[in-house]
Amino acid sequence: MLNINKLYVKINKKIIIKNLNLKIKKNNIHILMGPNGSGKSTLSYVITGKPKYKIINGKIIFNKKKINNLLPNKISKLGIFLTFQYPIEINGITMYSFLKNLIKKKKNKLKIIKKNLKKLKINKEYLKRYFNVGFSGGEKKKNEILQMLILKPKFIILDEIDSGLDIDTLNLIFKIIKEYLFLNKNSSLLIITHNTNIINYINASFIHILYNGKIILTSNKIKKTINYINKYGYNNIKNIKLL
Amino acid sequence: MNKKIKKIKKNNYKYGFYTNIKSKTFPLGINKKIIKKISKIKSEPKWIKNLRLKAFKYWKKLKYPNWSNLNYKKINFNFISYFSKIINNKKKNNKKIINTVKKLNLPINNKKKKVAIDFIFDSISLKTTYKNILNKKGIIFCSFNEALKKHSNLVKKYIGTVVPYKDNFYSCLNTSVFSDGSFCYIPKGVKCPIELSSYFRINNNLIGQFERTLIIVDEGGYLSYLEGCTAPIRVNNQIHAAVVELIALKNSTIKYSTIQNWYSGNNKGIGGIYNFVTKRGVCYDNAKITWLQIEKGSALTWKYPSCILKGYKSIGNFKSISFTKNFQQIDTGTKMIHLGKKSKSTIISKSICLDNSINTYRGLVKINRKSKKSKNFTQCDALLIGNKCISNTLPYIIVENSNSIVEHESVISKIEDEQIFYCNQRGINKEKALTIIINGFSMDIIKDLPLEFFLEAKDLFKIDFKNSVG
Repeated sequence: MLNINKLYVKINKKIIIKNLNLKIKKNNIHILMGPNGSGKSTLSYVITGKPKYKIINGKIIFNKKKINNLLPNKISKLGIFLTFQYPIEINGITMYSFLKNLIKKKKNKLKIIKKNLKKLKINKEYLKRYFNVGFSGGEKKKNEILQMLILKPKFIILDEIDSGLDIDTLNLIFKIIKEYLFLNKNSSLLIITHNTNIINYINASFIHILYNGKIILTSNKIKKTINYINKYGYNNIKNIKLL
Repeated sequence: MNKKIKKIKKNNYKYGFYTNIKSKTFPLGINKKIIKKISKIKSEPKWIKNLRLKAFKYWKKLKYPNWSNLNYKKINFNFISYFSKIINNKKKNNKKIINTVKKLNLPINNKKKKVAIDFIFDSISLKTTYKNILNKKGIIFCSFNEALKKHSNLVKKYIGTVVPYKDNFYSCLNTSVFSDGSFCYIPKGVKCPIELSSYFRINNNLIGQFERTLIIVDEGGYLSYLEGCTAPIRVNNQIHAAVVELIALKNSTIKYSTIQNWYSGNNKGIGGIYNFVTKRGVCYDNAKITWLQIEKGSALTWKYPSCILKGYKSIGNFKSISFTKNFQQIDTGTKMIHLGKKSKSTIISKSICLDNSINTYRGLVKINRKSKKSKNFTQCDALLIGNKCISNTLPYIIVENSNSIVEHESVISKIEDEQIFYCNQRGINKEKALTIIINGFSMDIIKDLPLEFFLEAKDLFKIDFKNSVG
């Protein structure tokens, strides 16, 4: 599904991703971990085509299509979805009038939106509120998942969806994500997180460690890797290869 | 016509068409003879002719104003025709006008949208609707010309009391040559049941449009008034210099909304209307005037809808969105003159600035020595898109007593790339994303628009941003 090959990325004259390779197949869940500033969010921005992140070498292939130079809205239309770590606010625009734009061609917009609101246990009064304005951290994250459900993407990147969430919201969000993957068998997931508890919420098939803009470890021994990180942190990360 | 031009017209300015219609147009130039001719063709009372001549005499002595933030070639007032009237009584003409009305999407003879409209085409009011229904309530709504004949005393009593001809260069010019306009009187205690409106259309390519609006709302009355305007796409600049006077007597309320959508010139800065307007209202005890404006068109705008808060506890509001693109220049704002005790004013100005345009807010808040315990709140927000536009905020504040409160807030922001990227990530393209953000920015004011007659709100800021953002 997603194939990143020998990727180099530059922002403001600084190279922040160096020779990165990543392969994610259909119907797979991958976890991406790494210390602060290792390039995790950068990678998610590069995949989704954020301007100013310049690819100087390498390829990103999504479903056999090279997406390196596509506009971000075109990449979104291919079915790539990113939940933002810090979702933006738009004053003056209601939730409903924003969400409508996501399913322009569908006839029963309100019905689709309301159905998904219910799943997330969001009061439908929220549709009248301005987009993310005055929302709590948890409400903003729920709004991200709401848009995921509405857009029905094929490849989902969760960028620290779990930061700052209470236990009930966390449970609810992962329950919904698992259900989504169950119903959309071809979809895949990349989870970017700092939370080593993640394995209690979802079963992944691979874990990657990003360090200094490079993936230094890819393993299917999720538990073992995470235990190692819990014990030694990222400082002795080079030895992790011995696992 | 070249296909490309057709396309541009279609995309950017729906109202840029020209109605090919026979009309009687005065020769170019301004002089005593022309003014007498205007007066004669309208067979108006003698006192108004004298007023015109008096104003003209004064105007000739006035210096050409150049204090504003506008750059343009000096206007030659002898290259303008001051009167143009379509030739009546021809079936063909009628059809053309009906077609024009349709194209402009005006609610004449529209039973669903109940709004009375005074349609001014070049120098003359062509039609005023719902007159009879309004008459039953004692409301007078007619063209200025008709008012001069039928309600001469009312006009005489109030004309020039809020905007005297000596007020400024353009009000003086307007007083000399004005051709028509709208007149409205709401009697004591009457709440006008429908929206009233004026629609100004410039059609002829040589004329300047000079119209006057005079609105009087008697004690305890209420009126919501809407004004719209458009003009054909042309390479030459045409001038529009109007005067609007509002009189809000004791306990009355006037809400005056404008959607100014004159042709704004092309993306090289060629063509467009020069819009020099003097709008002012006076509020007596407990009266309230709200100016609401969407300034979207014109190559140049010079406009300061103001309130003289004469009465005790009188209220003045000014809410404005000015939207400039290409080489448009807008110098707009308001004057709030507090004379009465405990008077209150609120100013909310939002400007959105694209391309090479210049967008200036210029406002005066003056609290008189006797206007004790008065209050003003001013908020000026500007949103800049791209790197070449200029936005200015020029507040003038004069407070002559010690127990009044004046607050001023001013924020200038650039559209954040993060917001656009977020929308992009949801599959929304850049243009649409900008439209969403701009609409959000303007929502405070758009939501107060009475009804969307002349322009659907969703079309307001639907523009081609391709040139604006790299």
